[in-house]
Amino acid sequence: MNSVISMAYLFSAVMFILSLGGLSTHETARRGNYYGMVGMAVAIIATVAGITSGAYLPVAIAMGVGAVVGIHLARKVEMTAMPQLVALLHSFVGLAAVLIGWGGYLDPRVNLVGAAHIVHNTEIFIGVFIGAITLTGSIVAFGKLQGLISGKPLMLPARHWLNLIAILVCVLLGAWFIPADVGPTTIVYLLVMTSIALLLGIHLIAAIGGADMPVVISMLNSYSGWAAAATGFMLSNDLLIVIGALVGSSGAILSYIMCRGMNRSFISVILGGFGSDGEVAGGDGEVEGEVVATSHDELAEDLRNAESIVIVPGFGMAVAHAQQAVSDLTDKLRKAGKTVRFGIHPVAGRLPGHMNVLLAEANVPYDIVLEMEEINDDLPKTDLVLVIGANDTVNPDAVEKPGSPIAGMPVLEVWKAGKVVVLKRSMASGYAGVANPLFYKENSRMLFGDAKESLQSVLGKLNPA
Amino acid sequence: MIIAIPKETAPGEARVAATPASVLRLQSLGFDVVIEQGAGEAANFPDAEYEKAGAKICANAADCLSQAGLVLKVQGPTDAELELIPSGATLISFLKPAQNGELLQKLADRNINALAVESIPRISRAQKMDALSSMANIAGYRAVIEAAHEFGRFFTGQITAAGKIPPAKVLVIGAGVAGLSAIGTAKSMGAIVRAFDTRPEVREQVESMGAEFLTVEIEEDGSGTGGYAKQMSKEFIDAEMALFREQAKEVDIVITTALIPGKPAPKLWLADMVDTMADGSVVVDLAAEMGGNCDYTEADKKVVKSGVTILGYTNLASRAATQSSTLYATNLCHLLTDMTPEKNGEININFDDEAIRGATVVKEGSITWPPPPPKLSAAPQKPKETAPQIKVEPKPEKKTSPLSLVAFWAVAGALLLALGKSAPADFVAHFTVFVLSIFIGWQVIWNVSHALHTPLMSVTNAISGIVIIGALLQVGATGSLLVTVLAFVGVLFASINIFGGFFVTHRMLKMFRR
Repeated sequence: MNSVISMAYLFSAVMFILSLGGLSTHETARRGNYYGMVGMAVAIIATVAGITSGAYLPVAIAMGVGAVVGIHLARKVEMTAMPQLVALLHSFVGLAAVLIGWGGYLDPRVNLVGAAHIVHNTEIFIGVFIGAITLTGSIVAFGKLQGLISGKPLMLPARHWLNLIAILVCVLLGAWFIPADVGPTTIVYLLVMTSIALLLGIHLIAAIGGADMPVVISMLNSYSGWAAAATGFMLSNDLLIVIGALVGSSGAILSYIMCRGMNRSFISVILGGFGSDGEVAGGDGEVEGEVVATSHDELAEDLRNAESIVIVPGFGMAVAHAQQAVSDLTDKLRKAGKTVRFGIHPVAGRLPGHMNVLLAEANVPYDIVLEMEEINDDLPKTDLVLVIGANDTVNPDAVEKPGSPIAGMPVLEVWKAGKVVVLKRSMASGYAGVANPLFYKENSRMLFGDAKESLQSVLGKLNPA
Repeated sequence: MIIAIPKETAPGEARVAATPASVLRLQSLGFDVVIEQGAGEAANFPDAEYEKAGAKICANAADCLSQAGLVLKVQGPTDAELELIPSGATLISFLKPAQNGELLQKLADRNINALAVESIPRISRAQKMDALSSMANIAGYRAVIEAAHEFGRFFTGQITAAGKIPPAKVLVIGAGVAGLSAIGTAKSMGAIVRAFDTRPEVREQVESMGAEFLTVEIEEDGSGTGGYAKQMSKEFIDAEMALFREQAKEVDIVITTALIPGKPAPKLWLADMVDTMADGSVVVDLAAEMGGNCDYTEADKKVVKSGVTILGYTNLASRAATQSSTLYATNLCHLLTDMTPEKNGEININFDDEAIRGATVVKEGSITWPPPPPKLSAAPQKPKETAPQIKVEPKPEKKTSPLSLVAFWAVAGALLLALGKSAPADFVAHFTVFVLSIFIGWQVIWNVSHALHTPLMSVTNAISGIVIIGALLQVGATGSLLVTVLAFVGVLFASINIFGGFFVTHRMLKMFRR
């Protein structure tokens, strides 16, 4: 029987790998998702049928409730709110890992001695630790993205020391906990460690600002994977280990890609704030030049005259829910025979790939949605760039001013285009707190106001032509 | 302090040192402005406009100057004007301090502080007050206009029903501000433009304006201090002349702008070159005031020699008086803004300010010209002084040396061995699976396209719900109620993840369309 189950697990592990592999292209992505579902179904059925000792009712109830809640969440979530949902789901994995770790510890069946005992306890300890950080960290990230908590980084004095002390205390607790047998004191050790890890999770993520959320979410994604892997070690379950490792490395790669997109080290992001000290040099000095505002009529005229147009969306588009208006405008311009493309910065939005999802929701064909590297070389040949709610990702300082806090960050070089129109609510600076000289360039125009309303108005003005 | 703007008295001078717009700015610095009646008339600024801007109109120069604490002029003062300026006042105008030692002495004797706008150093910070450049810009433009006026043909080439019109060929000698301005103007009128300059660093500027940069074979850098050219060696000049003789056969219009500070203008366009030029060609000599670059040039005159018209107008900027007055007045406003840091209408001739120090030629009765040399040329000259190349690269990827690579794997191997020595066999098997899975994950995830990162997150989210297995194994299996409850909650939340994650991924992927 055990071998059968192992084979079933092997089958689902393969399914999961194919599932992730399927996401490499749009054509195979849906198939990939189905592979994942099949893998999950096989794993659960094998486990329930093969090993569980007949407690079918509680399992059915728990899974039934979970399914209803999960599908409900997934059905009603707005695409602009995807980051929140993902963060929330991470916290559930963390919670499950903590609970399973505790369950594994309290499981009276386990009776190990010697090295096996130490290994088992270590696995529990690590699993609960990572799980707890994932749990509270994800909840804080959720709160920030949902706007329940301020997006500003929380800067406690000596916060690095606090973190360090918390980790050292946990290590110490671990040293006491791991060799000892189950008993009231060790339960206290585990309990204290869990609480510290929970607080640590809150503090770690609270110190990270809103626009670093793409990194945070990928990082938490990675953590949830490692938590699953630790659980797998504890239960001696290879499937969990495989999946945990897959998810863990996936999250790690995404974090890496995001950090590279901002030209910042992973360490400086997770330590919080912009720049390692959290202090932002408020864009040294004033930017010289004048901001020229434009009007809806003028933009409509510009669009009519332009042959090739690139649209650069940012988080502001998500905030204004302007993706549908953007899509309508794109449609209209494409029907008029113009080349319209999108340039997406890797860290645009609050989730890796967030902009792509929003544009897809609004029916923008994905083959005109290009990455930064693909479009940057074409920008000098572009007549008109529409920047919609993006700021730091189009800041020329990153390339031109070595002293700037964002120097070296790869940016969309929109200022090289014939003309740039920036749709923005106000002159406020972006997340990095750096003034944006783009707005003062001779070929830039600002269109102030809500992006959605502006675009709809422009769309109306294009109609008679 | 009262600023007085007298009417310019020099013959042919149409400019004025303040415009209605600049009067407003001067007032905001705390000054009161009086202006002589009709001062702006020739530049198309009527008295009424000045009055509207808040200036007081005075009937004559005496009235105007007698109350002045500060006098703004375009040309240097005549002796008569000098007598009218009160002792202790300050004068700002073009003064030609290098040629006008006598005037400086008179100013010093009368205890009038004087700032010569042409002495403002050509440093980056002082560009906003660099009247010489403003005027040169206009002179360059105007030179082309004057040439076009004298020239009997189109600048641009055309093919019409009445025949083919060849484009005019324009040669600009000296690519300073005036030269570049002339290049731009001639180019925009459709001419073929060539330019020559002894300073190789201006090549890029010339080419950016759309002209062809002519060079001689000899390598010699003609950059002097302060953005000007220096005098060249004989060999170089011979080569240059040979080049010009070649060009003389082809070009229709020559605009010369070569000046060396404090020296008579170099003779570059010699009599024989003019003689080679086709009849009807035009030479505009912007250096006429300093003796001219062309042998035939006569200052302020139009002369015709062997069929070639040679223009030696020295007042080209004044011929576009509205424009040049506006720019000049703005330059003065910038200078005064720096001289009036408190905005209280009191000027401070601060010798710590390099720009003000450079401009000041007489202070408190003593001549302070020439100023110490400017520290940096506005145009970079030697590679050493080249403005820092702005080049920001993304943080370089860490290059791993083979040695550190070996060390890394040696340490990793040692750690693995140590682990294998103490860990139970069971653990080692799981660990193998774990490490290999990380590598698989690493390989697979790199292939995921950026656009699908959000679905990737939600699907990994769903599959990390696989921890449900752990909880399933615990539900009801242990005999401990507490464990069962914990596991039950675990199953519940993991299920939310599984169903929610897969479903939302499905929903998203459905939206992507080509």
